[in-house]
Amino acid sequence: MMKNMDTNTANIVIQARNLTKRFGDFTATDAISFEVYKGEIFGFLGANGAGKTTAMKILIGISKPSAGEAQVAGFDVYTQAELIKKNIGYMSQKFSLYEDLTIRENIRFFGGIYGLSRAELKIKGDALIKKLGLEAEADKLVASLPLGWRQKLSFSIAILHNPQIVFLDEPTGGVDPLTRRQFWDMIYEAAHRGVTIFVTTHYMDEAEYCDRVSIMVDGKIEALASPKKLKEQFHAQSMDEVFHQLARKAKRAE
Amino acid sequence: MRLFIAFIFKEFKHILRDQRTLFILFGMPIVQIILFGFALTNEVKDSKIVILDQAHDAFSQRLIQRLDASQYFDIERVLYQSDAIHEVFKTGKIKLAVVFPPRFQHELLHTNQASVQLIADASDPNTASTVTMYASAILKDFQDELIAQTPLPYSIKPEIRMLYNPQLKGAYNFVPGVMAMILLLISAMMTSIAIVREKELGTMEVLLVSPVPPLMVIVTKAIPYIFLSLINVTTILLLSVFLLDVPIQGSIVLLIAESLLFILAALALGLFISTITNSQQVAMLASLMVLMLPTLIFSGFMFPIENMPKPMQIISNFIPSKWYFFIVRDVMIKGLGFKSIWKESLILVAMTCVYVGIAWRNYKIRLE
Amino acid sequence: MESIVASHLYKSFDKGRIPALLDVSLSVEQGELFGLIGPDGAGKTTLFRILATLLLADQGEAKVDGLDVKQAYKAIRHRVGYMPGRFSLYQDLSVEENLDFFAKVFGTTIQENYYLVKDIYQQLEPFKTRKAGKLSGGMKQKLALCCALIHKPSVLFLDEPTTGVDPVSRKEFWEMLQKLKQEGISILVSTPYMDEASLCDRVALMQKGKILDIDTPSHIIDKFPKKLWAVSATNMYQLLMDLRAFSATAACYSFGESHHLTLKNDASDAASLQQYLTEKKHKDLKINTIKPTIEDCFMAML
Repeated sequence: MMKNMDTNTANIVIQARNLTKRFGDFTATDAISFEVYKGEIFGFLGANGAGKTTAMKILIGISKPSAGEAQVAGFDVYTQAELIKKNIGYMSQKFSLYEDLTIRENIRFFGGIYGLSRAELKIKGDALIKKLGLEAEADKLVASLPLGWRQKLSFSIAILHNPQIVFLDEPTGGVDPLTRRQFWDMIYEAAHRGVTIFVTTHYMDEAEYCDRVSIMVDGKIEALASPKKLKEQFHAQSMDEVFHQLARKAKRAE
Repeated sequence: MRLFIAFIFKEFKHILRDQRTLFILFGMPIVQIILFGFALTNEVKDSKIVILDQAHDAFSQRLIQRLDASQYFDIERVLYQSDAIHEVFKTGKIKLAVVFPPRFQHELLHTNQASVQLIADASDPNTASTVTMYASAILKDFQDELIAQTPLPYSIKPEIRMLYNPQLKGAYNFVPGVMAMILLLISAMMTSIAIVREKELGTMEVLLVSPVPPLMVIVTKAIPYIFLSLINVTTILLLSVFLLDVPIQGSIVLLIAESLLFILAALALGLFISTITNSQQVAMLASLMVLMLPTLIFSGFMFPIENMPKPMQIISNFIPSKWYFFIVRDVMIKGLGFKSIWKESLILVAMTCVYVGIAWRNYKIRLE
Repeated sequence: MESIVASHLYKSFDKGRIPALLDVSLSVEQGELFGLIGPDGAGKTTLFRILATLLLADQGEAKVDGLDVKQAYKAIRHRVGYMPGRFSLYQDLSVEENLDFFAKVFGTTIQENYYLVKDIYQQLEPFKTRKAGKLSGGMKQKLALCCALIHKPSVLFLDEPTTGVDPVSRKEFWEMLQKLKQEGISILVSTPYMDEASLCDRVALMQKGKILDIDTPSHIIDKFPKKLWAVSATNMYQLLMDLRAFSATAACYSFGESHHLTLKNDASDAASLQQYLTEKKHKDLKINTIKPTIEDCFMAML
């Protein structure tokens, strides 16, 4: 929350300057600039096709920008993509865990990718399973877990290696309301410990939970402030209204 | 009928827009024919041979000089003991051994005839037949010269022995083999993948919840692949006639008709595979394992079936490509008519009926 | 007249090991917009598939337009429009080709029922030569709706048409459904977004294969058993922790800009709440009673 978030330049963990990505003559991400501070929950909103996914791919080091600059966790997206990947966690709605591996195997596998030792994995893995209350299910296949549980597990695994930043791509789509809130409790808790959260969502109530929110329209960031300020700025009652006012201006459908 | 055409049109669009697959489908037969063709028509030059000269006389020396002078041969060694021959063949470098019997000149001058043994490595049957042909020609030349000098009818008999593959199977076998393989691949594998893709995409779900008879969905999927297969049959035939000089000895109409029959059998197999699989990968693996491998092994295209163990020979009877392979070989290479292939044709018809029957029984009108 | 009737449906998968529907009954009137609200795994898709004649129930009966889903499946397939949860159009065909194809599938033409899809199709028209696979999420769903509507079905089954779609496109999508309702089409639509429930005539709240309640959205809200408090302050996380630690709290969930709170005893605990939070020194503290949302009701039923 704002309280434990320091807006000093020294505490910038993501910095983007005129970040641009073009595909042929189509500019998916059009010179966006923003900063994300340590321990912040940063909401990255936008309509389908506004360019969120493209920007996110650049920030997690799997896509090179066409122009502009960006540093993530102090590393350059052009030259230090591998270092970025080591220092972030990533979780997407589409792929998060191997369904045909057990919970324990998934933890071991993903923890191993980030270089956790066997001993560390054992301790951390057991603690994680205990915390999620999955002791009885630990050796069952992930496929047998309900979606909400899977997403909670997936998030826990994404922050297992203590990354500086964790990127969450629509983590709560289709999850039941109760689990969705438990999920956000986990996000709060991680942010409290100083992990920076970069999250996209289509639930506008979730946008309210963010310290700051950016809204992308047609490849550009049209608004960036705390939910409270945005609501004042757009004379809106809720983030939903703010979003509608901005996204209605969108010209492109792709 | 309008609906039928709409479905076929749609299917053609899918095929034409997937240009990479299209390229492979049309490129593959061409590449295969050319590759195999080159392996076949490759000029035999400087083949390494060995000589076993048990005669050691003037005639054998003259013949050895001629063989050595020929651009086709390169004498690696001259041996003097017959048991060394098998050893040198085992190195795999030697294509031919020429064996002059003891008293070669004496036999020829006194009995007017002598034999020269030509032992070839027939594991590559094509090269083997070429080198023995060339060697025989050199012997024939020598014989003709002797006859020209004296009125006596000297005759040198080449005794040809093919090591490893005595029947020299496979000379032109690859054309029928490639045809069987390509047709099977396109008709069975591509059709089954195309149907399963609709299941994966979820479009099958939408089509099931529509008044369209489910059979129509499936039959119309197969039709474009019949066209594709026929185009490939034509390509292969044209290439083999004009590029490889493998003439079509029998009736073209019969050949095309039999090919259509085989395409139908393969389509029926494809339908059957599509009814028991739900993902494209499984459909592809099933096609490869169940169709391609047996086609390669059992159609007699690479290995002669006669040399296989009995149980394998029995299994080979259940592989449709084996029968098609026989049909094409008989019609195209041997120039035989329908009379000699009606049994094979009947077997293919029966197989098609069985596959369609199983596919029909497995076909679901719902998701489960 | 009832367009859809399901009575005591049971369905399980994997030889009974995975129950999907447990005694599900509902009925949808003609021209009604009926919502199935529930998270992933509630059994919505299974119910859709049974009603759309794609699956057979283990037990129970279902009728669509008065026709039995088992016996009269062919007749039903002429009358229903179905949009599965996953995007199920041909990605390599253009917008126009897809629509044209599905029109032919149902033995009609785009022109014949154009008035029905006109509003939606006009939005797609600028992209009509674009391949369906290259459309954005919202546009794909609009195209899929067009394709499901092109034969003027009397019943429309829409399985999670707005999942993963941004809020603006979602709103537009629901506006289209309202218009279709005017045409007398019965619509059964499912969604995991609780806020969309208020846009339906009636909703069934589903969880783990069971129906928790069926009613109009306003009745469901009226049935909320307790007073609901919205509490907010500057430090929302600390506030949530404090509220959960409060002895009189029955339940407390974060709801965007405020936390929604129910107390064990509405009458007596309200005063102590104010006092408790003041003691915790929260800044900008706001405590109001509010009208519950469907999401509050759903969580109260769990």
